[in-house]
Amino acid sequence: MTVPNLVGAGLIVIGAGIGLGKIGGSAMEGIARQPEATGKIQTAMIIIAALLEGLAFGALFLGK
Amino acid sequence: MKKKLGILGLFVALLTTFNSNANSDKEHVKDHGGEVDTKEEVTEYILHHIKDAHDFHLFSYTADNGERKHIGFPLPVIVWSSKGLVTFMSSKFHHDDSGQHIVNAGGTNFVKLHSKIYELEDGVTELQFDAEHHPTNAHKVLDLSITKSVFGILVVALLMLLWFGGLAKQYKNKQIPTGFGRILEPLVIYVRDEIAKPNIGEGKYRQFTGYLLTVFFFIWISNLLGLTPFGFNITGQIAVTAALAIITLVIYTFKGNKDYYMHMLWMSDAPWWIRPILAVIELAGAFLIKPFSLLVRLFANISAGHIVVMSLIGILITMKSEMTIVGSGLLSFALSFFITLIELLVAFLQAYIFTMLSALFIGMAVAEHDHHHEHDDHGNELPDAEDVRADFI
Repeated sequence: MTVPNLVGAGLIVIGAGIGLGKIGGSAMEGIARQPEATGKIQTAMIIIAALLEGLAFGALFLGK
Repeated sequence: MKKKLGILGLFVALLTTFNSNANSDKEHVKDHGGEVDTKEEVTEYILHHIKDAHDFHLFSYTADNGERKHIGFPLPVIVWSSKGLVTFMSSKFHHDDSGQHIVNAGGTNFVKLHSKIYELEDGVTELQFDAEHHPTNAHKVLDLSITKSVFGILVVALLMLLWFGGLAKQYKNKQIPTGFGRILEPLVIYVRDEIAKPNIGEGKYRQFTGYLLTVFFFIWISNLLGLTPFGFNITGQIAVTAALAIITLVIYTFKGNKDYYMHMLWMSDAPWWIRPILAVIELAGAFLIKPFSLLVRLFANISAGHIVVMSLIGILITMKSEMTIVGSGLLSFALSFFITLIELLVAFLQAYIFTMLSALFIGMAVAEHDHHHEHDDHGNELPDAEDVRADFI
């Protein structure tokens, strides 16, 4: 791996980390406000996290 | 019961088949099953494990007389060469993975190089390499072999047929399954009620539940099989995940209704000039991005998991000089143990996510967008709230 590839991989991971943190944080807030909706919030959280993860892995894969 | 024992016995017999083979010359030590002692060799071993293999290799050891012994069993090699279909057992390569051992079968010569089978050109007796270590006097063949991953897929298929066939049979006589079926039934109901129903819709989920159940249990059992010491890496092969993603693509492409394609190609709610742009984005999304994200997510998660577990086990070797064998052993055991627990969760989560997103994509394609207006007693159209609001503004 060359230096630009490694920097790019780092940027992708930072971006994905911020995204996952926001998703997780918002889901936590939502669950705290409405504990009865926990199941629905979790499902939506996992779907969005999976979509984000797919994007991040796609970028990592193409940049390899 | 006898049949099950018979299958188990066959499996055990296959696993314990000694496929030992003298391979003492030092040149071959770097090959598949050679000694692993340095950082480079650990890296090479991990990368070799991630790839598919033509034989089922469990472990190797050096016998008292200095001979290298390999434990495992060979798998059939089936290739389509210039002379037609050729089959032979992978034991003919004698664990060579560097392209040195030439196998003569079906009237032509083959070598194995980095887990790929090459056919030598006519009259060639030794493989030549160019500067980038690519062979110059051999070409790749269409490889239809029963490789380690194909063998793993067959094992998963057999397990699923036994388990779910048995579960289905039990419902003929009684309402509640007994034995192992009690573990499977809640999982089946979970996939049906939590994945298929909410994403596809009450009326249409039934025809897709079979596919979703199959893909869920196939991925989950494959992932779990990858955590056993047999060294399977089925869902870490990009070809396997690509095939799964393509099946989902085919289902939602052919089951998609008029609304879905109208929405994709000519979005009626958008301004006219933005519609072609949206059509291009939607087409790319449906035929490239959705399947690509499905296949890359599963492949990357499982490959990454295998690499991490094996790297942590590799600490045993790489930290040996700093921490003594006991210290590095304890460290690598503690780390790899807890990472393996996380991998158990990931194994389930990835199966869940793949099934969930497949259900979501299928649900998008078959959803009914009813735009019909309410009618009064005389058949006249009643304005709905949207129309009233539009008039008012």
